[in-house]
Amino acid sequence: MSRPLEHDYIGLSEVSSMESSEKISSASSTVSTEEEKSNALNLKETELRLGLPGSESPERKSGAGVGVSLLGRTVEDKNGYSLGVLKNFVSGAKRGFSDAIDVSGKWVFSGNGGSEVDMGKGAVLFSPRGVNGVKSLGVLENANQQPGSAAPALKDVVPPSPKPVQDKKPQMPAANDHVAPAAKAQVVGWPPIRSFRKNTMAVNPAKNNDDDEGKSGSACLYVKVSMDGAPYLRKVDLKTYGSYKELSAALEKMFSCFTIGQCGSHGVPGRDGLSESRLMDLLHGSEYVLTYEDKDGDWMLVGDVPWEMFTDSCRRLRIMKGSEAIGLAPRAMEKCKNRN
Amino acid sequence: MASKRQKDSPEEEKKQASSFPDEVLECVLGFVKSHRDRSSVSLVCKDWYNAERWSRTHVFIGNCYSVSPEILVRRFPNIRSVTLKGKPRFSDFNLVPLNWGADIHAWLVVFASAYSFLEELRLKRMTITDESLEFLAKSFPNFKALSLVSCDGFSTDGLKAIVAHCKNLTELDILENGIDDLGGSWLSCFPENFTSLEVLNFASLNSEVNFDALERLVARCKSLKVLKVNKNVTLEQLQRLLVHTSQLTELGTGSFSQELTLREYSELESAFSNCKNLYTLSGLSEATSLYLPALYPACVNLTFLNLSDAALQSAELAKLLPHCPHLRRLWVLDTVEDKGLEAVGSSCPLLEELRVFPAEPFEQDVVIGGVTESGFVAVSQGCRKLHYVLYFCRRMTNSAVAAVVKNCPDFTHFRLCIMNPWEPDYLTKEPMDEAFGVVVKTCTKLQRLAVSGLLTDLTFEYIGKYAKNLETLSVAFAGSSDRGMQCVLAGCPKLRKLEIRDCPFGNAALLSGLERYESMRSLWMSACHVTMNGCRLLAREMPRLNVEVIKEDGSDDTHAEKVYVYRSVAGPRRDAPPFVLTL
Repeated sequence: MSRPLEHDYIGLSEVSSMESSEKISSASSTVSTEEEKSNALNLKETELRLGLPGSESPERKSGAGVGVSLLGRTVEDKNGYSLGVLKNFVSGAKRGFSDAIDVSGKWVFSGNGGSEVDMGKGAVLFSPRGVNGVKSLGVLENANQQPGSAAPALKDVVPPSPKPVQDKKPQMPAANDHVAPAAKAQVVGWPPIRSFRKNTMAVNPAKNNDDDEGKSGSACLYVKVSMDGAPYLRKVDLKTYGSYKELSAALEKMFSCFTIGQCGSHGVPGRDGLSESRLMDLLHGSEYVLTYEDKDGDWMLVGDVPWEMFTDSCRRLRIMKGSEAIGLAPRAMEKCKNRN
Repeated sequence: MASKRQKDSPEEEKKQASSFPDEVLECVLGFVKSHRDRSSVSLVCKDWYNAERWSRTHVFIGNCYSVSPEILVRRFPNIRSVTLKGKPRFSDFNLVPLNWGADIHAWLVVFASAYSFLEELRLKRMTITDESLEFLAKSFPNFKALSLVSCDGFSTDGLKAIVAHCKNLTELDILENGIDDLGGSWLSCFPENFTSLEVLNFASLNSEVNFDALERLVARCKSLKVLKVNKNVTLEQLQRLLVHTSQLTELGTGSFSQELTLREYSELESAFSNCKNLYTLSGLSEATSLYLPALYPACVNLTFLNLSDAALQSAELAKLLPHCPHLRRLWVLDTVEDKGLEAVGSSCPLLEELRVFPAEPFEQDVVIGGVTESGFVAVSQGCRKLHYVLYFCRRMTNSAVAAVVKNCPDFTHFRLCIMNPWEPDYLTKEPMDEAFGVVVKTCTKLQRLAVSGLLTDLTFEYIGKYAKNLETLSVAFAGSSDRGMQCVLAGCPKLRKLEIRDCPFGNAALLSGLERYESMRSLWMSACHVTMNGCRLLAREMPRLNVEVIKEDGSDDTHAEKVYVYRSVAGPRRDAPPFVLTL
């Protein structure tokens, strides 16, 4: 059951069956391309339709959403060791992405041409492009009403059983080495955190539509706001603001303790009128630039589009140091220069 | 023991029976509260069985499908309090499709005729509709306590019915449910002359309630002991509530961040100073170092501090903990990092339970905080009484776990979740087998274990060999072959609940437990190697088990993706949806 070629427009390729451990060993070096490809695969998939085209079972195309689970195969896998197989399925409790690996162990890859995935360990480090590539999928999934989990990261997770791992030095693509797959697949129900807890933890509800919880996404639109150099994120409800000015003022208040350099219990931030205006200078000046990540996963400068369009497409906010915004858009850089 | 004597000599038994009237026996047995003890009592002899069943007022049913409401009411005529659990635990993580079942309504209908004096209903992972809630509210005039944890199927409209009709309501505990939050007006439906509330928990509801109604409610319910509000209640509002409730033993605050004037802040501080009876504190969402100090006076008698909604940093936690000298249970987010856990180790010598939740479980790029193996060790060094741990981390080592159980050998609940599947020992890159091996070898009282990380069958050999008191085991992404599961089923005599996902266990493993499943509450296996034929074989061999397979669309017909096996005296389910196949 291999992926139909007509869906191969992004340059998918199929790698032959990973039946031998050696191949699995070498798989780790190809994992980066796997992720890239899987990213693009799902990107394309979610653009085309809700279900997953080209997946082995056509019945999987359903609006209810898809989830990922690792399925071991029994006798079908003749390799003598259990090969975890990623499989798509549509479940009533839908979540996450899926990636199709067929029964015989063929790996299906999708390409995302050019995204560099940094193979960090544990807390995985992405290059910004990789991040965006990954994030966009989650966003797209959500745009298609599929309740993605909070972090729409992707990964080809097809671990061979640990037995071969033991025989050789551990070489499972999922873990081992120092090379953990950078983009992690959204496995259904993993980590085992209860839904209510996900919702409370600075998660954008637009990304985390728990159908079975029946929460309406339109009641509020929480987005995470991060500020470079700040020790933690904040969360704001975009629906409570009517304009960029209001949002900007609120953010200034929220993050003033970081910009001014005071962060303690001795003062209530933002009450000092003088500091407020100084903040505005800081935020609008060369030091910080307000950016946001839109539905497509691109980082944009805040303020370009009409407010309603902005609230519709904004997924998260980031108060970036002006110097970092240089790569973002030429305009940002000009803006910085102009303020100086 | 009297029971033994009765069994040995029938003549004496008759004498005993006549000099020991049933009423007395029932009265005595009324003091036996634990349901396990009551089960034992009921097995002694027929007289005791009858005395027990007539005197039982509270029944706990761990799996709603293990028995039917008809059987229940036939055996126990005088029940006033029912606790029911429904779906398999993995439904918390979306592994069970919607409309799977565990609907309470059939039970309520039977209860309405048999237990018209029902007072308490506590449900976990069950489905309850608004219609059922209304039916409940109107069918039981004495109804007092409703607790819904992880339930679904209802909306805040259903709560309105409860609130409006249950004149004697003492407890309304709505926790972590998947419900339709249609607004906060349900709270305003408490009648103005209603004063009996003792427990009110609506912390996980999102909509804002009418604060004036809440304030009036709190003011007139003089017996209120537990109050947990939701995030929409501001600090200033909280202060107004606290003025009326100095007798609170459990408080869940709303959002703990608001711009307060100095005067408002000192009012808040003095309101907390009046809360000297608090044992439990939770909520505190968005708490910052600005206002946490206002809490300190209220922490004097705290035994349970739940900071799992508050993304505290290590410094904030370190400043807060010394004010809680009697802390026994602590729940935090991993934003406190290892440094925060060091503070736990140094400030909480009486700590018995620690739960560390991930603030960003699904984010890989922006990881704020996070705890590692060193935080775990740090806690164990200072908190020698620790016996319950739930620890989410991204890396762990075998040696760290060994150090932890060396410091704390009395673990009864050890739940370690290394969040990346198949993650090996961070330093040695080896499997985490030895970590769990040392846990089961050292912690002889271990009742509950959750494993994670890169694990081979060796882990399960250890578990089968040493974990003789283990009752609940959760396994995910672990094991090498059927042998793993076989070891556990063969070696753990007290095993009651086994839940497995994404492991290479197949039919041989499943069938090796043939003899075991009837003494267990349930078995869950999903994304393993079990086939339909294996399940059918199990069902055929063990007719008193319900063997259910949840079919997913588009799946292979021979593969059994989700298998749920449980013992039941009620026979196969009659309400199974089409995607649940009973074999």
